Amino acid sequence: MSRSSIMPGFRPTIGFTLIYLSLIVLIPLSTLVFQSFQLNWDDYVHIITNKRVLSSFRVSFSTALVAALIAGFFGFIVAWVLVRYSFFGKQFFHALIDFPFALPTAVAGIVLATIFQPSGFLGKLLIDTFGVQVAFKPLGIVMALIFISIPFVVRTVEPVLLEFETSMEEAASSLGATRWQVFSKVIFPNVLPALLTGFALAFARGVGEYGSVIFIAGNIPYVSEIVPLLIVTKLEQFDIEGATAIALTMLVISFVLLLLINLLQFWVRKRSGQL
Amino acid sequence: MSILLSNISKNFGTFAALDHINLEIPEGELVALLGPSGCGKTTLLRIIAGLESADQGRVLISGQDRTDHDVSQRGIGFVFQHYALFRHMTVFENVAFGLRVKPRRDRPSNDVITKKVHALLELVQLDWLHDRYPDQLSGGQRQRIALARALAVEPAVLLLDEPFGALDASVRKDLRQWLRNLHHDLNVTSIFVTHDQEEAMEVASQVVVLNHGRIEQQGSPSDIYDHPANAFVSRFIGQTNIFDMEDQDTDWLQTAGLSTAHQKGKIVHVRPHDIVIEKSSANSDAFVTLKDWQHLGALIRIELVKTGANGPAASVYAEMPNDQFKRLHLNKGDKVDLRIRHAHWFH
Repeated sequence: MSRSSIMPGFRPTIGFTLIYLSLIVLIPLSTLVFQSFQLNWDDYVHIITNKRVLSSFRVSFSTALVAALIAGFFGFIVAWVLVRYSFFGKQFFHALIDFPFALPTAVAGIVLATIFQPSGFLGKLLIDTFGVQVAFKPLGIVMALIFISIPFVVRTVEPVLLEFETSMEEAASSLGATRWQVFSKVIFPNVLPALLTGFALAFARGVGEYGSVIFIAGNIPYVSEIVPLLIVTKLEQFDIEGATAIALTMLVISFVLLLLINLLQFWVRKRSGQL
Repeated sequence: MSILLSNISKNFGTFAALDHINLEIPEGELVALLGPSGCGKTTLLRIIAGLESADQGRVLISGQDRTDHDVSQRGIGFVFQHYALFRHMTVFENVAFGLRVKPRRDRPSNDVITKKVHALLELVQLDWLHDRYPDQLSGGQRQRIALARALAVEPAVLLLDEPFGALDASVRKDLRQWLRNLHHDLNVTSIFVTHDQEEAMEVASQVVVLNHGRIEQQGSPSDIYDHPANAFVSRFIGQTNIFDMEDQDTDWLQTAGLSTAHQKGKIVHVRPHDIVIEKSSANSDAFVTLKDWQHLGALIRIELVKTGANGPAASVYAEMPNDQFKRLHLNKGDKVDLRIRHAHWFH
């Protein structure tokens, strides 16, 4: 980079970025990779293909996916309501949205577990009326993950909805579009990239979530045991190699999935002329 | 299609944006709603479109009461000041939008849509841009695409909200002429909003002058220019010299040929081109001097000062063709004789 650019401060800022990424992200994560080199390939495969490990992977990724989808749907509606309508107590709801960001996730987990356990207030109601048990099932994990990931969706979609030109909607109506057509053909395509970002954040958060899940999940092996918990369990048993192998696998899968979501986003933006 | 507005009123809180507007627009006209900002012209246009609802009054389009029709059912085409093109669609899809959202039984086939969109894009001379996105176009191109999009649904009435407001001067000039020609070819009843009197006079076949939510005057551009209904219209349309007969000493105006014998009001408006000047002889007792002049292309604007020998000083502007001014051989500071050929009186 010998060429001087219009924007000053390239060197110090890129320097800072690289140092930050190295210290906070790359060095810790590479330690994980190096640590795993102590294992040979057969040991690694043996640990990973363990039935309990495989089912925990399935639980973690499927619950995170379902939770992110639901959070994406409802988060969009919440953002829509907060942007489009004015009503009494709107500021209060605004503050409420960020609550899961600030609340220690363990507290959320304990509260959710208390009300959704079979003897709890909502848990009893659900079992009695629909025969659905939430706590100690994957459904409970999904519930906890929705709780903590909704703000990610709301806060990414909201600014895009705020910025949206209402004259575009008026133009669509004046051309004869129904309300639904205005939404589906004009508003939604413009919000979709932001919604995908929110979805990706919610999913990433869901995969890595620990504190809020373990209380409501019941952590029954093969049913509701998540990967992060399995890692902690292995560490507590001083099975460092096992924990490392699982963690590394998780890291790789998460990275690939996030990359895929980013590519999808790129494709959506390109297709809609936003690049 | 003709448009009839009867008794339209609209208030924003205590502010009366429109105050009992009655307006009839015959079929095929190109009408300018002209007025200063805040006069209610855009509100009126949006009420005709159905984007805003009036507190009272009816909107009739080709004889049918459309007051309670939603904007999507009014059969209007609306062009927005900032184009409002769909950013996530190509130019082609933007223009095709109105056809694609039609209910299935009215929707043309894909072939028909393709043909029609290309025909419209050719009409606005931008078919070569059909696969671009709006962000890749210039302002003038975007506005023409917006117009093609509005025309795609074959509206009964075309409404344009400050269509040239966001464009730079030279593009604006071209587009005005172009819009006029387009209207001539299509003959669809069109209303456009503007605050630029020059634009209104140049483009429109009828001008409606609005102020404070009321119609001050409606007529052809020449009507409005030559016979302004009141002082506001006279001041708003074109340049004018204003003399208040109560604080002016009227003698010099009389000397200048303004007959006060049958005066019809307290205020006199004189257009700059209705003032003729001549160099006065050196020993004349003329009390008007030439201060400065500006070139306006074919015309020269001459700034005159009436000195305060009798009565307060006043600035007077006159306009005349370039060559005529050259023949006078005038210099700054010369005394001139001044003759008023025509004036408008207002109360």
